[in-house]
Amino acid sequence: MAEEVKLFRTWSSPFALRIVWALKLKGIQYETIFEDISNKSPLLLQYNPVYKKVPVLVHNGKPVSESLVILEYIEDTWKQTPLLPEDPYERATARFWAKFVDDKLMPSIWHVFVTQGKEQDEAIPLAIENLNLIEEQLKGKKFFSGETIGLVDIAFGWMGNLISVLEMVTGLKLIDAEKFPLLQAWMQNLSDVQVIKENWPPHDKLVSKFQAIRETYLATGAPK
Amino acid sequence: MAATNTSSDVKLIGAWPSPFVMRPQIALNIKSVGYEFLQEQLGSKSELLLKSNPVHKKIPVLIHGDRPICESLVIVQYIDAVWASGPSILPSDPYDCATARFWAAYIDEKWFPSLSGIAKAQGEEAKKAALDQVVEGLVLLEDAFVKCSKGKAFFGGDTIGYLDIALGCYLGWIRVTEKMNNRKLLDEAKTPNLVTWADKFCSDGSVKDVMPETDKLAEFAKVLMAKFRAPPPN
Repeated sequence: MAEEVKLFRTWSSPFALRIVWALKLKGIQYETIFEDISNKSPLLLQYNPVYKKVPVLVHNGKPVSESLVILEYIEDTWKQTPLLPEDPYERATARFWAKFVDDKLMPSIWHVFVTQGKEQDEAIPLAIENLNLIEEQLKGKKFFSGETIGLVDIAFGWMGNLISVLEMVTGLKLIDAEKFPLLQAWMQNLSDVQVIKENWPPHDKLVSKFQAIRETYLATGAPK
Repeated sequence: MAATNTSSDVKLIGAWPSPFVMRPQIALNIKSVGYEFLQEQLGSKSELLLKSNPVHKKIPVLIHGDRPICESLVIVQYIDAVWASGPSILPSDPYDCATARFWAAYIDEKWFPSLSGIAKAQGEEAKKAALDQVVEGLVLLEDAFVKCSKGKAFFGGDTIGYLDIALGCYLGWIRVTEKMNNRKLLDEAKTPNLVTWADKFCSDGSVKDVMPETDKLAEFAKVLMAKFRAPPPN
């Protein structure tokens, strides 16, 4: 049976980028459908009626939504270049940290990004605390998964590169080389990975986009 | 030959009212794995908990051998993988598995906050809106049930699976909420399949001893709310 894989994404969605990386790492051929978030296609709404968001992976006509769910699906379906370890305990550890990235780490960094003044000052310690926790996970390792990239690297990977954009836009240094030497090294190692390097949205375009996002939040007030 | 498994190999740090704790309990029961239950007290966290889950400091924590595993659904998947010879918890088909994972994530990230939003709602209108939101979510889950169960008793088919555990653990609290707000959340009109499912789930061998009685849970809810509203100690 001919395999048909489609990915609904936007050019900048970091969650969609996770899926691009996973598909490319496993050498899976797929078609990209770019969505305009301000004018979502009927297909997207049909494939993801609950959240109406990207990314959505459609495999032989069947849609899968939510990036971490999609990553597990890709892992279950295409066995080459595994993204998760075999050992159940190590798997559980990887899943724990991937969830930590989405539930705690990302929101705390985002909160620093969309605030200013006193509110921002108050948001920074939590982001730093969370970064410390993830920094510890890199002890003795090149990537979170060891010698090659895996689930947690893919989950956090976009921040590894996007952090420079956010730092530029806010004028703040969050991942300081002195305080986070392991994260700094990891970001460098990550950006040397072919698949990551070749599939990163244009830096200048990202800066403009995130500048605009930050300005909107500061004008309207960041949602808590 | 089955590996020897003494209860001391497997410990679960938890508390009886917690729906999250119930998840690994059900999973261990499905696999017929004995375990030692270490009950946490309301208002304090044991040394063992803080040491085993330094990141979140929350229950449940499964301790297998001497290694801790945290986050209820991560624990359930771990149990399924380790005791692979027992009945399967996650669907074997990758697409069915993705569907189960999707809805479990929806339940925890969207639906459960709407349930806990009811207690926080101030005033009649806000309460009604909060209750309506919970029902809307259950209607989506009713639809998911029809698709996932394919005519069988559970989301997982003939036996309880991942998504049954993910939603079923909240049934005690759903019933308490219905009682306290004098309104049905799971009802015959809007969610008939879930009503039938709920009864089957609660009477299942792997669930019935760990599902708290509604009255006991309602009493606990009152204690919890009193604590929540009490002025902070000086």
